[in-house]
Order: sequence, then C-alpha cells, then structure tokens
Amino acid sequence: MKAQFIFEERENDRFLVDRAAFFSDDVLKREFERIFHTCWIYVGHASEIRNLGDFQTRNVAGYPILFARGSDGEIRAMINVCPHRGAIVCREREGNARSFHCMYHGWAFNNDGTLRGVPGQEAYGPKFDKARYALTQPPRLESYRDFYFLNFDRNAVDLHSYLAGAKDYIDLILDQSPSGQMEIISGKQEYDIKANWKLLVENSVDDYHILITHKTWINYMANSGVNMSRKPGEMLPKIGKGVELGNGHLTTDNPNYRGRPVAAWISVYGEEAKEDIANIRAELASRLGEARAERVANTNRNLVIFPNLVINDGSSVTVRNFTPVTPSLMKVTSWALGPVEETADQRARRLHAFLTFYGPGGFATPDDIAALESAQQGYSAYRMAPFNDISRGMHKPMAGQFDTDEGHIRVFWRRWREIMEAE
Amino acid sequence: MMNATQSALEADMALRFEAEALLFREAELLDAWQLDEWRELLTQDASYYVPPNDKPFGDHANTLFIVADDHVRLKERIIRLKDPACHSEFPPSRTRRIISNVRVSSGDAECDYTVRANFTIYRNRRGSDIRIFTGEYINKVKRVNGAMKIHERRAVLDAEELGAMGSVSFIL
Repeated sequence: MKAQFIFEERENDRFLVDRAAFFSDDVLKREFERIFHTCWIYVGHASEIRNLGDFQTRNVAGYPILFARGSDGEIRAMINVCPHRGAIVCREREGNARSFHCMYHGWAFNNDGTLRGVPGQEAYGPKFDKARYALTQPPRLESYRDFYFLNFDRNAVDLHSYLAGAKDYIDLILDQSPSGQMEIISGKQEYDIKANWKLLVENSVDDYHILITHKTWINYMANSGVNMSRKPGEMLPKIGKGVELGNGHLTTDNPNYRGRPVAAWISVYGEEAKEDIANIRAELASRLGEARAERVANTNRNLVIFPNLVINDGSSVTVRNFTPVTPSLMKVTSWALGPVEETADQRARRLHAFLTFYGPGGFATPDDIAALESAQQGYSAYRMAPFNDISRGMHKPMAGQFDTDEGHIRVFWRRWREIMEAE
Repeated sequence: MMNATQSALEADMALRFEAEALLFREAELLDAWQLDEWRELLTQDASYYVPPNDKPFGDHANTLFIVADDHVRLKERIIRLKDPACHSEFPPSRTRRIISNVRVSSGDAECDYTVRANFTIYRNRRGSDIRIFTGEYINKVKRVNGAMKIHERRAVLDAEELGAMGSVSFIL
C-alpha cells in the first residue's frame, strides 16, 4: 500500500487527498483493521429496544449484530452468528423474543446470549460446557445519552472520552426534548450509494455544494415563501462555522434560515402550526434560558462522529449511519429522531419537514447520491487526475473556518491520516 | 336476454377496463416525462406516498416514509423533476413501467374505488446499471366529472430495503 495519501502544502494553502484512498482495496482493508476495529462504532439507540426482550438485527462495521435488551433489562450487542457452525442466528429484522433459535441445528440462545439448549446434547459427552457457547459479544459496548456504540478493541479509551467535544453538540440536539430524551421514529431508509464511504462523511458537512447541488431544493423553499436570498459572493443565505471537536469529530454550526420543526416556523408547515411552534419556543426559553433556547431553536448542525455516524439537525433530525461494503459501495441507514413527548401533530410535522430535504426520496439527498456516484466514477481517471482538493479556507486558522470552507472536512482527513499512515 | 350474473360480470369488466386505461395512460406519461399531463390524471388535492421498505403498511404521520407528498409538495416535485438542476434525473432516466394484475374494489369514505396493480419499473441511465423497482400500487380513485382520477397514489415496494435501487429520484 502507498505510504501517503494526504498532501498538505501549507506554503501554498493546498490540501490534497490522493484519490486512491477512495478506490483501493488495500485502503479499505486497512480501514477495517485500523479504524472500524479501534474506533467506537454506532450500533443503535436505546429507544429501538425499549422493552425487555426487544431486539434489532443490523450490520455494524460489516458484522451481523444482534442489538437486544435481555429479560434482565441489560442492553447488549452480540455477534449474530451461531458458535456451532456460523449460521445467522436471528434472521428477523426486529421483534421481541425470550430466546433465539438457530435454523441450522436448532441451538437455542437466551436473549442475554447464553446458550439455552442444544438438540441431542448427550452426543457431546460429559465435558460439554454450555458456558463456552454463548453468542460472542464485542469486547466493549458503551452509551452516551441512549446512543450505543461498540468497540472491537478491548483497550480503547472509554466512549465519553472518545466523543470529546461531540458530546456538547449531542446535548444541544437533545435539548429539543423537555425531558432530554429523543427516540428513533418508526421507518428506516436503507439505501446503497455506489461510492466510497468517506465521500458521505465529506458530503454530510459540505456546505459549499448546497447552492449548486441542491438548487432545486432552494427553489422549493423559495417557492414556499422561505427567504433564500444571499449576500453577493456568499454561498448560502446565512453563513456559519466549521468546528473541530476532537478525535476526528467535527460539525457545522450554522444560523438557521431553513425552518426547524423544533421551533423555527416556515410557511411549509402551514399557518395552523404557527401557534404550536411559538409554544414550543416558549417552553425552550423557560427551561433553558433565552440564549440556549435560541441555539436549540434557531441554529443547525451537521455532526460527524468519527468515523461513520452523522447526526443532521437541520430541516429535521436524522441519524445516518453508513458502512463500506467495497471501496466503491456503502450501505446507508437513516432514521428520524424526535422528542419522546411530541404530540401527534408535532411528530407528523417533523416527518413532513424531514422529507423536504433528506432521504432517498427527499428534495436534496438523491442529488447528493448522484454527486457521490459521479465522483466515484471520476476516480477511474486516477492515473491522469490523482488528487481531490480540500483547500477552501486553508489561509485561515480553524477558528475562522466557515461552514462553506473545508476546514472541518480537513479535520476528518487529518484524523484519518493519523490512524492510517501510522507505522 | 342477459342474466344478472352476466351483467354484473360485464360491469366489473368495464370498471377494470377503465381502471387499466387510467393506469396505462399514467405509465405512458410518466415514462415520457410528460409530468404536467400526468398530473391531470390526479385530483387537485392528490397525495403520493412511497412507504419505507421496513414498514410498507405504515402511516406517514408517525412513520418515516421515502416519499410523502401532499398536493403542495407534489407540485413542487414536478417543478424539481423538470429542472435541469435536478441532477439525479438530468438527463432524465429512461424508464419502462409494466403494469399488471389490476384489481378494482369498492372505495371508502375518501374515495369511490381502491385500485391495486402490480408494477415493475426498469430505470436506465447512462453510466449506471439498470435498476429495477417492483411492487404494488394501492391507489384511491375518485370519479370527477365522470372520469376516474387518482386521489391517493401509494407505491409499495417489495424489496426489504431500498438497497441497490439507490434513491427514488423519479416518480414511482
């Protein structure tokens, strides 16, 4: 494998990424070894397995994972693979179960992963020890405010330390809820993008592309009566910041212009929603004080938790997790997140607002997917055109980076370089 | 003289013929990207839904859908799809819709008929593999000035996930 992928020419204010980082099998292999096996990787949210016995099955960093709340109340992530011959044990998407039964030879496991029974156990003789055959658990599973992450590295730093400054932004998002609790809403958007997973990291926080890639969304907002006017030379109606949060995490932090179901009304929500949104806004101010209420109600953020979790808090709140399958293919899952105490009307408004922009049928995401797939195709010209340019704002310090600059995207790449290029 | 069974059968056939004609015309216009003409086949206040793959029978008021357009957003979707800046559909995909297994049943409080049909849609784009969408339309149909119009259009996908279909950037 190449030794170097990032070329940072400080004297020329240039930051270049070797496009081989997006299509090389060796790079992906090393990413699995060094990034996905040492960083905290998102598994799921406690609200998805609220009751004793609830479970979800999903792909986490390429592993089939059974995310379950046992009858003992404990939340576990288990490798959803039979210790006997390796068949997938639970083949349902989600549900509630006291036990899981492997379809191959009928080995049965309790919902805490312990082996419950084996058909014809006597054939194994007297030394058969059930305790040896529990479902394997990744060495670490920790949570921050109901977001569960696993780590395959037993010696990893604890999750709270790992999240570093990202915790403040998670807190800011969760302040939307009077009780500080938000839940995953029913309905998953699961789609493939034929592009390298790192392109979605970049794209999720890239505010430079919005005016161009999402021109039709901007038209939709403008047609709906939202003020989308810009100052001359600016790329968006309002300009925010790109922020470094430590350990490769980063976020945009933007004054709002687009409407937020939490408490920034736009005409798309309808006149009848105005009063309700004013009430939500008043509750925020009384609970949090005016300054914090304004932050919650009227600023947007797209947060990247290194390496592969994005929480967008804009037109609605989306939790978006993505996993590489090959260098040029990722699988994406998107959920909507909402305050647990939302009324039916508020929930419907949140979901309606989600689809103004986000998701594979939204007014923006399909064009992101097209852009990412187009870039991936462009890398076939690698021999003649080997570099991506991530230089916007390079002449300014991090503290001066706009969201339409690329300083926060360089944060991701510097962390990636640190892990990937280490000896 | 025709007996009662025969006349009921003929009435059913006429109804199905009428529903099929509507769906076939719809497919023709969508494949030709004649979106304004297609919109005329729907009621003024029509809505359009694509439920998520994991909750095909969910309710858009409490479940995250792929598409949940009321008539206002449907109008905006058509504006978007006709704009060359709709990058995911520019140049427009070549699509081919095969509509079959059309069934007409009586309606409910909101509509005169429920019209169900199976669909297969092939989407072809330069530089992309063929993407295939299969599923069922569950449409609520009203009679407006004597003509059948679609009041609620629901395209329920068969696949367990959107997966290789990628996005639903055109009208299903």
